[in-house]
Amino acid sequence: MSKSPSTDPARRWHDMGGDPAGEIPMDGHDFALWEKRVDALMILGSLKGHFTVDGLRRALEDMGEDAFETMTYYERWVAAVNQNLIEAGVYSLEELATKMAEIKSRGETYGAAQDV
Amino acid sequence: MPHDHAEHLSPSGHPYRQDNDGPLTYWQTMEIAIRELMIEKGEVSAAEVTAQIEAMDARSPANGAAVVARAWTDPDFKARLLDDASAASREMGFDIGPMNLLAVENTSDVHNLIVCTLCSCYPRNLLGLPPDWYKTREYRSRAVREPRAVLREFGVQLPETKTVRVHDSTADMRYIVLPARPSGTENLDTHALAALVTRDSMIGTGLPKDPA
Repeated sequence: MSKSPSTDPARRWHDMGGDPAGEIPMDGHDFALWEKRVDALMILGSLKGHFTVDGLRRALEDMGEDAFETMTYYERWVAAVNQNLIEAGVYSLEELATKMAEIKSRGETYGAAQDV
Repeated sequence: MPHDHAEHLSPSGHPYRQDNDGPLTYWQTMEIAIRELMIEKGEVSAAEVTAQIEAMDARSPANGAAVVARAWTDPDFKARLLDDASAASREMGFDIGPMNLLAVENTSDVHNLIVCTLCSCYPRNLLGLPPDWYKTREYRSRAVREPRAVLREFGVQLPETKTVRVHDSTADMRYIVLPARPSGTENLDTHALAALVTRDSMIGTGLPKDPA
């Protein structure tokens, strides 16, 4: 995919309206359970008052264009939710790292890594 | 969209994501970690997460289609919908939360198209989650620059005399298109009319189906 040809310094990468681009990819996919859970955590984290949609957008936009090209939609969203929850003090970076290491030790697939 | 029943396709004809059954990814690990940390800290319960997913899964273009069909048959409701689409949708029992929804009407002279150039804002609390193409660079970039070419890619060819209005959504303002009622539908009830209203016709990348 081509990157934004805009050279206007007042426009950030996500401000892509009007840029030339190719044919629209029409293929879709059914959302995986983990993606639905990211969406749910985004809604619930917002309802609990830990962040606003603007906080999420700021994190997404600060990830930059490379993240847009290399990560899937919900990969970017889970990163944005995580960043906002850490900033809100819900948990620390250390707690996250410890938890992720423990989860990885449970199994090699998403299903096997659930704590059930 | 072709619907075959090969094993790699879901019942709706879409491919499953390869990461469903593949090795655990870094970002999936992060999702599990966030969810478990929030539960451990009493921020949410597992039941709340499940309920939120079920509420989102229950939203579909059929909700929007019911709103459109009512607007086609009830002039007073249509007036209320165009005045305040959030209130009119709630009136029909749809839980659209705090979403600020604006309905834009297609007429014989005007065709409306919805996009979110900056991100992925969509009337999700009425129609469910957006299709993947809505979130692509290609759609976001081109919808505001060459909407007629975009519409042709969706199979919609409009006469040059018809005005095309493109509405750029924001987090605080979501649009839905009220498509024009197809001709030859005078004798249909709201249920039959709703069956003609497609998701894309409410985004503006499609038109309602013709009656059978």
